[in-house]
Amino acid sequence: MNPVQSHVLTRAEILGYGALGLIAFLGLWSFLSLSGVVPHQFLPAPHEVAARFVALTSNPFAGATLQQHLASSALRFAYGFLLGAAIGIPLGLLMGWFRVLDEIVTPLFDALRFVAPIAWVPFAALWFGTGIGGPILIIFAGAFPPCLINAYRGARFVSRPLIEAAQMLGTGNLRIIVEVLLPASTASIVAGLRVSAGLGWQSLIGAELIVASTGVGFMMVQAQLDISTTTVMSAMIAIGLVGVVIDVALRALEAAVRRRGLA
Amino acid sequence: MSRRSAIGLLTIATLALVWYLTTMPLEWISPGRFPSPLDVWDALRQVSTTGYANGVLYQHIVHSVSLVVLGFLVAAGTGVPLGLLMGASARAEALINPIFLLIRPIPPLAWIPLAILWLGLGDAAKIMVIWFAAFVPSVINSYTGVRTIEPAVIEAARMLGTPRRRFVREVLVPAAAPMIFTGLRLSLQASWTTLVAAELVGAIYGLGKILNVAQTDIYPGMIFVGMACVAIFGWVTTRLLAELETRSLTWIPLAEARP
Repeated sequence: MNPVQSHVLTRAEILGYGALGLIAFLGLWSFLSLSGVVPHQFLPAPHEVAARFVALTSNPFAGATLQQHLASSALRFAYGFLLGAAIGIPLGLLMGWFRVLDEIVTPLFDALRFVAPIAWVPFAALWFGTGIGGPILIIFAGAFPPCLINAYRGARFVSRPLIEAAQMLGTGNLRIIVEVLLPASTASIVAGLRVSAGLGWQSLIGAELIVASTGVGFMMVQAQLDISTTTVMSAMIAIGLVGVVIDVALRALEAAVRRRGLA
Repeated sequence: MSRRSAIGLLTIATLALVWYLTTMPLEWISPGRFPSPLDVWDALRQVSTTGYANGVLYQHIVHSVSLVVLGFLVAAGTGVPLGLLMGASARAEALINPIFLLIRPIPPLAWIPLAILWLGLGDAAKIMVIWFAAFVPSVINSYTGVRTIEPAVIEAARMLGTPRRRFVREVLVPAAAPMIFTGLRLSLQASWTTLVAAELVGAIYGLGKILNVAQTDIYPGMIFVGMACVAIFGWVTTRLLAELETRSLTWIPLAEARP
């Protein structure tokens, strides 16, 4: 218990306050919507959003049901994320081992780092049209940097004696990277994957808002044009849920890595 | 000059040369796919003098930068105090945390359609989206900053009977400051990403608007100019924040302030 909080709450009190907070939040939302303080069209009540969410799983909107839109977004996400990890992690480890590579790549990386992933959308559209390549490029732009940075940091902070021991035994460069640096930096890499997944998922939604003909982002834009606030909010909830699922999966990976003592 | 910066310069120079050679004399890359240095120069001249996408470059820059700064200040001004409050008060934490957990998984960019529905394509919608995006990192890091203060520091202050207001001003905020700044840096980054996305979806002025129009016009040179501006001004604002950080955290050695 941190002494900043002089008052210690019991478990029941924490749950009570939490419930109170949620009830106040949903109550205020319902009040604003149902009393007509905010035009009903722009702020539907929570239960209406919930009903719409359920309806969207069977009635298609913008050409597909909610699950189908989610599935096409998730597939794009998987491609872009895996590509980011497949290039970012090895490159990060190599940069952590070979100083020249670090010195060559770092200035380029620093120059590109400040380009927001979403700013790649026009080039993505130019290069790939509305095909799957465009969204993958955007997800890659979001997911690649944390993979690279964390693999690099992990490799740089491997304890010297470990590396020196390996070198003394005449281990080659490749084997040092695969058998010493990679296991020693696994914790950092997995932490990087979690950041990557969050940024990649968010970048994909952004990309789908601008160029796409399927996916949850596309669905939201169509709903916005139709002024269907319930659909927009349902899509937001679905996006949040998928984000949580991705994060839970990576947390499980993190825990598994820690259990196996790789960290 | 250090070996590091020499190699860095050499890399950038080589890349510039390859860019020039492949786009201009050799024509390996078609001008419809990626602009040549000359195309970029022409686009830059056009947007700075005659203007592009409803305005000249200067207007777009001022518009985007001021929206980012304004949105960031609103988010930091509300997020940091809320984070500090949640860190310092168990009741506030228990009350607010569940709502926060409910809203937090929704990525900031997913708020854009709702913001447009509510507030249209003007500046108000942009500020709302930036606020949502930049708010979360400010809250989380300020909260973590308070919760990770050295217990001895707090106990000492309490033992000396420091009054509450002085405690907040002279113990809580300074001790949490490094984490607060980490949060602010993430908030600033989020502000830029969201603004560019929001302007790409729909805007009247701004750097995102340049990108949007250039995309429809299939104008690679202008796309390049827009992206370069986003990167440059993102970097400038980040540098300014880092400068503010080193000036306000004078009691912490530089190495420690940046984990």
